[in-house]
Amino acid sequence: MTQIDLKRPILDKNEKIARGNRELFAHHRVFVLDIMASPGSGKTSTILATIDALRDEFNIAVIEGDIASSVDAERIKAQGIAAVQINTGGACHLESEMIRRAVDVLDLERLDLIIIENVGNLVCPTDFDLGEHAKAMILSVPEGDDKPLKYPGVFQVSEAVILNKVDTMPVFDFDDGAFRAAVKQLNPTAPIFPISATKGTGIDAWAQWLADRIRAI
Amino acid sequence: MHELGIMTGVLETVNASAHEAGAERVLSISLSIGVMTEAIEDALRFAFEALSEGSLSEGAALEITMVQPKSRCLECGATYGHDRFSLLCPECGSFATELVAGRGMWIDSIEVDIPDDAPPAGPSSAGPPPDGGKENETRKKPGA
Repeated sequence: MTQIDLKRPILDKNEKIARGNRELFAHHRVFVLDIMASPGSGKTSTILATIDALRDEFNIAVIEGDIASSVDAERIKAQGIAAVQINTGGACHLESEMIRRAVDVLDLERLDLIIIENVGNLVCPTDFDLGEHAKAMILSVPEGDDKPLKYPGVFQVSEAVILNKVDTMPVFDFDDGAFRAAVKQLNPTAPIFPISATKGTGIDAWAQWLADRIRAI
Repeated sequence: MHELGIMTGVLETVNASAHEAGAERVLSISLSIGVMTEAIEDALRFAFEALSEGSLSEGAALEITMVQPKSRCLECGATYGHDRFSLLCPECGSFATELVAGRGMWIDSIEVDIPDDAPPAGPSSAGPPPDGGKENETRKKPGA
């Protein structure tokens, strides 16, 4: 019997490819945002509202991650925005290799912003570096104010937290104070942006935060 | 479910390392998994059984050490253990803290069975080829 000391990170390969992606994005000066959220939280609607707010200033493309179908990419393309659909075929998160292949079909030189819509899931996407500049997350009011307690990881790795569907707050008895306190406990520096993506409420502040980040690279 | 992705990473590295060492099979694999990753030990074991079938690692013992989270306070400098939820400093109550352990995932070591006449361990390209230069560069590319 022989012992071999490896001392290697398990996600070594993913991280190596993510570093390559990051260099590629830096070379073309394109800001990449990874959005994580549950299914049905309004990821695509939030992305569409974000595009609306920023498209005059920035050239934008979207990478859509879903287990199957291309309905989300079609919604983006209908707005005249380049969109690439990744079907993970069952995998619950995107990996850096999938992003590397997806950006092959995008004109990086022309772009200022790529928004990645990760697979709807509050657990798995957290640990996979895609080479993005920032991860952000969306929680929607109907999911409940206790989600930071149940899924701490995603709140910790997100640089910004979007709270969507705030117009439904009275219906769902959502305790905004408890939610904010729980997020602060996990991630004290992350701003929280209350929005209603379909009604356009609160998009300006979120879009401003993102625009500042894009201009800073 | 990301346990499948994690275990795919483990097996790629372990099987390749065992193969390079000339091993016939892998006897055990030691992993350290930070609890902040939300990976579940049972799901890791299930993924291992499913994915290792037919590989050098089939039947290997899987030793998993779950690493508890630890943070350092950026204001008072205290280092302290905590659970997955409350990261604030117990000494001064500051929120300005930095996680120093509990999110990493590592393959620590493996034990393998190497037959006596196996070739020496280590990757095949020990040094630059005699003619050096261009050929060396093209060889590097696929792994880059």
